[in-house]
Amino acid sequence: MTTNDFLLSVEGLTVSFDGFKAVNDLSFYVDRNEIRVIIGPNGAGKTTVLDLICGKTKATAGSVAFKGSELTRMSEHQIVKAGVGRKFQTPSIYEDLTVFENLEVSLPMARSVSGALMFRRSRSVVERIEAVAEEIFLADQLGKRAEYLSHGQKQWLEIGMLLIQEPELLMLDEPVAGMSVSERERTAELLNRITRDRAVIVIEHDMKFVKNIAHKVTVLHQGRILSEGDINKVQNDPKVIEVYLGH
Amino acid sequence: MKSHTTLPSRWSYFLGDMSERIGLLLFAVLILVVLPLGLDSFRLNNAGKYLTYAFVAVGLVLCWGLGGILSLGQGVFFGLGGYCMAMFLKLEASDPESTAIQSTPGIPDFMDWNQITALPWFWEPFHSLPLTLIAVIVVPTLFAYVLGVAMFKRRVGGVYFAIITQAVASILSILIIGQQGLTGGVNGITDLRTLLGWDIRSDDAKTILYFVNAVLLIGVIMLARFIKNCRLGRILVAIRDKEDRLRFTGYDVANFKVFVFCVAAAFSAIGGAMFTLQVGFMSPSFVGIVPSIEMVVFCAVGGRLSLIGAAYGALIVNYAKTLLSESFPELWLLAMGALFIGVVMVFPYGLAGLYEQYLKPWVAERFRRRLPAAEPVIPPSAVGQ
Repeated sequence: MTTNDFLLSVEGLTVSFDGFKAVNDLSFYVDRNEIRVIIGPNGAGKTTVLDLICGKTKATAGSVAFKGSELTRMSEHQIVKAGVGRKFQTPSIYEDLTVFENLEVSLPMARSVSGALMFRRSRSVVERIEAVAEEIFLADQLGKRAEYLSHGQKQWLEIGMLLIQEPELLMLDEPVAGMSVSERERTAELLNRITRDRAVIVIEHDMKFVKNIAHKVTVLHQGRILSEGDINKVQNDPKVIEVYLGH
Repeated sequence: MKSHTTLPSRWSYFLGDMSERIGLLLFAVLILVVLPLGLDSFRLNNAGKYLTYAFVAVGLVLCWGLGGILSLGQGVFFGLGGYCMAMFLKLEASDPESTAIQSTPGIPDFMDWNQITALPWFWEPFHSLPLTLIAVIVVPTLFAYVLGVAMFKRRVGGVYFAIITQAVASILSILIIGQQGLTGGVNGITDLRTLLGWDIRSDDAKTILYFVNAVLLIGVIMLARFIKNCRLGRILVAIRDKEDRLRFTGYDVANFKVFVFCVAAAFSAIGGAMFTLQVGFMSPSFVGIVPSIEMVVFCAVGGRLSLIGAAYGALIVNYAKTLLSESFPELWLLAMGALFIGVVMVFPYGLAGLYEQYLKPWVAERFRRRLPAAEPVIPPSAVGQ
């Protein structure tokens, strides 16, 4: 299998902040329809990896190939258009807009100035938004201003804003952090449903949640890969137990 | 809940929802009927002058209120528009007969005083009215475009953007003052008389210009309302809220910022040109830092989220300025400072915000049967932009 057969090939990825290498010569590969979970102690460089893939941080060295095109040379909005969606750690939504408007702005259309001026809300747009709202448990909240949603609902809304873009690679940074137990269960169910036809990279600390969804786990430590494999292999790896999972 | 189930036509964006329509109608009645009937010619001309600042304030609602981009240099665009118009009028007033006593007849008097013997090249296009009208819009917009691209593409924003625009305002006013022979210097371009032979100093002309100004203002408000109500308006709010989220949704955010900054500049320029026509001169005192900040105060007092509110703000603050300056000229700057502090600390959404918060519920109560309740315009979380 050549590296081009993977959806995402990260090779030799390095970023250095004033000499400190937050991510150091990192390589990993994500398959189509794979759910990859990245775990690791605080400061391991998990969020930085996502930042590097989506273009928020520029890599010092290395390559990120997505469907054969090199992401490190593209600007953020081009990376999104190539098919990479990113959810941030803290819910990142437009608080002053309604739930409906949040989803509408996220629709992958009319993203240029002239397109936005000419855009007309059509029946199919409304139906698409209603369908996504249904999926993220917010169908009855469409007219509500997003700032009045609960924390968990805000997380769902942001997931919905990504779903509506239909990315081929979805990156989620701690999607269940701060959620109640019941919200976690619904989120796991939601993720299991939406990840069927796309690849997903998830950063998560909650091991129960990780077991629930992961196909393959990558453990990061000090910007390098400590261990990689299925959940059982990783959980029984002595190095992982020492630095992360504890005895 | 109603907002998303209806599919508004694009034309309805110009007028807005029912309460926005009524607001626009009341404003139109005020400036097209009440003021012309209630004020004498001198006061009406003054009101016309105040309303030229409303163009700037409306532009600032889009740029600052919606998009969160605070420009402290709108005087630059107001001034550029005003100067373009003034250059045309000055050339018309400087025909060889009326300037026969100059050592070089046929050029503006201030050039002659500064030993300039030929019209500078950049004055030549202003012999033509069509070219002038184009320049009134294009020159400031182009300048805003260059400025906007240079800053927004490099992700300069927030306070840094505000400071740079302020510096640009300062630089332009210093440049105009310094190049007396080319620009009329600190006195500005004065003694403007006719527009294509039509005496703009007469009372009749001033009344007509007042109405032209008022109609243009209503047109600009409707245009701004279209931008606010269409998808682009929501994108601007999204930029104000979470610029990064929008960028990682596939938008090139800088383009939208450049666009709205250019629109605000174009609006300001129309105001500047109408100012020159109605007041009869243009000078660097409308370009620099103080006038630019005053323009932000008009918008802030009226309400930076309300297009109509900002227009009222320009009218009311300028009226107060005239009243106060007539009796206590030295107090005005202090009063303006106090006003700005008051707006920031006590009523961040200005008069329009106070109306939405206190008066509108009462009005809605009275007219419940006739008026469908509108959704609130004020986002409580937008404080501190």
